Amino acid sequence: MAAISRDDVAHLAKLARIDMSDVELDHLAKEMDVILGAVARVQEVAGVDVPATSHPIPVNNVFRVDVVKPSLTSQEALSGAPAQSEDRFKVPQILGEE
Amino acid sequence: MTTIKSTAAQMADALAAGSITSVELTQQHLDQIERVDSAVHAFLYVDKEGALEQANAVDVKRKQGDLLSPLAGVPLALKDVMAQKGIPTTCGSKMLEGWRPPYDATVVTKLKNAGVVILGKTNMDEFAMGSSTENSAYGPTHNPWDLTRIPGGSGGGSAAAIAAFEAPLAIGTDTGGSIRQPAAVTGTVGVKPTYGGVSRYGLIAFSSSLDQAGPCARTVLDAALLHEVIAGHDQRDSTSINAPVPQVVKAAKKLDVKGLKIGVVKELGGEGFQAGVLNRFHESLDALVEAGAEIVEVSCPTFDYALAAYYLIAPSECSSNLARFDSMRYGIRIGDDGSRSAEEVMNLTRHEGFGPEVKRRIILGTYALSSGYYDAYYGSAQKVRTLLMRDFSAAFQLADVLVSPTAPTTAFKIGQNDNDPLAMYLNDIATIPVNMAGIGGMSLPSGLADEDGLPAGFQIMSPAMKDDLMYQVGGTLEAALLSRWGAPLLSQAPVLAGK
Repeated sequence: MAAISRDDVAHLAKLARIDMSDVELDHLAKEMDVILGAVARVQEVAGVDVPATSHPIPVNNVFRVDVVKPSLTSQEALSGAPAQSEDRFKVPQILGEE
Repeated sequence: MTTIKSTAAQMADALAAGSITSVELTQQHLDQIERVDSAVHAFLYVDKEGALEQANAVDVKRKQGDLLSPLAGVPLALKDVMAQKGIPTTCGSKMLEGWRPPYDATVVTKLKNAGVVILGKTNMDEFAMGSSTENSAYGPTHNPWDLTRIPGGSGGGSAAAIAAFEAPLAIGTDTGGSIRQPAAVTGTVGVKPTYGGVSRYGLIAFSSSLDQAGPCARTVLDAALLHEVIAGHDQRDSTSINAPVPQVVKAAKKLDVKGLKIGVVKELGGEGFQAGVLNRFHESLDALVEAGAEIVEVSCPTFDYALAAYYLIAPSECSSNLARFDSMRYGIRIGDDGSRSAEEVMNLTRHEGFGPEVKRRIILGTYALSSGYYDAYYGSAQKVRTLLMRDFSAAFQLADVLVSPTAPTTAFKIGQNDNDPLAMYLNDIATIPVNMAGIGGMSLPSGLADEDGLPAGFQIMSPAMKDDLMYQVGGTLEAALLSRWGAPLLSQAPVLAGK
């Protein structure tokens, strides 16, 4: 039995906010099944007594003194925006019609 | 006479001696790009005007007698994963087509401060995901040794630019081998410094716990000179290590390995490795023994699981990192006709903007991080990471550095692995453990494989923040091989006629 179905992949694509065509979904479902079969072997050696490592070096919060430093102007920050209005990013509607 | 075939160190000396100006040197490289890049396609953008301006500024300072950094006036190619203010930066993706960053990456700031001349941006697999540069949205880069073959990836553009004498130096980034594997298959030198050794600020993130920028060059000394320019603590990168930069230039000049113990990793070099690649690897070991090193065999049993763990950790981190490409603040936006919601526009943009490999990895990572599968996949992979680090610690008890072939094969044909992602992933089998443990890794040419006459790479791995050790061993091996060959390996590469 496949480890992952076409419907599962469609759900993942929705979670990842990527529209996918039927052809893409068919193809990816097959590939994902093969890839997951190959990577699942990590479970063979991952014993309960082995601690997890998320980072190769210890990661701690790094603080600096809370002083204002030069930074991008709003025009610089907006320079790559697909759309802008009144010194702000302009985005498509987030809530539905009133 | 200084030519595009000189080393960066020779160019720096000639500039300091006044026998060539940076404008002349930069123009020579722009001419070479003009001649060959239609065939190689190493560059996505060439900044002719900007490069000549930077070069002129260095020449003026030198005339005034200003104190200049060692590489001042030497040209360099920058991987398109690095933000450079005002210069198109695409990361090999349609998603960022037309974007010009409003700021410089720390690496770029350091290069500019050192007077290094940035020629342009180099091609790469989209968002640095790939081992062949075929995943670039702007078409593949061709290997200067054989234009029908891949130059490695993801930093194939940087490696090819160096090998085709379009630049003496380049910047790469290495998440699972993206500096070292391209170096191996193009007959050049590439170094992944210790994680945290070079700032990641302004490096477009793929997998933040693995990504590391580093130098690409034609010699070990040239790589070391560039390493010292870009390395060092940065307040803007919270994972940057606050410690002195290892003295890699001094180490590269040592040319002595007497008394050093070199550990051959048993697990890297058996099945799946091309015979010609292994032959050159063993010859290189012999050269190191002749130079006075002691060879020991070490075993790292978890390495057999490194690839599987990598293909869970890297996609997981990428699925999170690439969420920032939401079409709201920068990059392309598709389908915003007033009728669609932000979410619909986002979904359409990500459908259009991302290529197949990037989508594959985002979906894989989303799966590995989803509740119900998290422990079995991402959690287990993190445990494998612990075991890999334990393997390295034990091996470094027995040896000062570890070695292996860099990549299992020489450059393959463009298109060969198109429909087999797993076969493609195997290219990084020997380079991935280094990223997982955050240690240093270098690839330098070991010669040409018997079967196909294409370059093979020799990998040296050094403990964290002991990057100087790999430069010491690499510099010594390079000198020993050079005296056998009589001339640099790249002098055997076919001459590119250009178009």
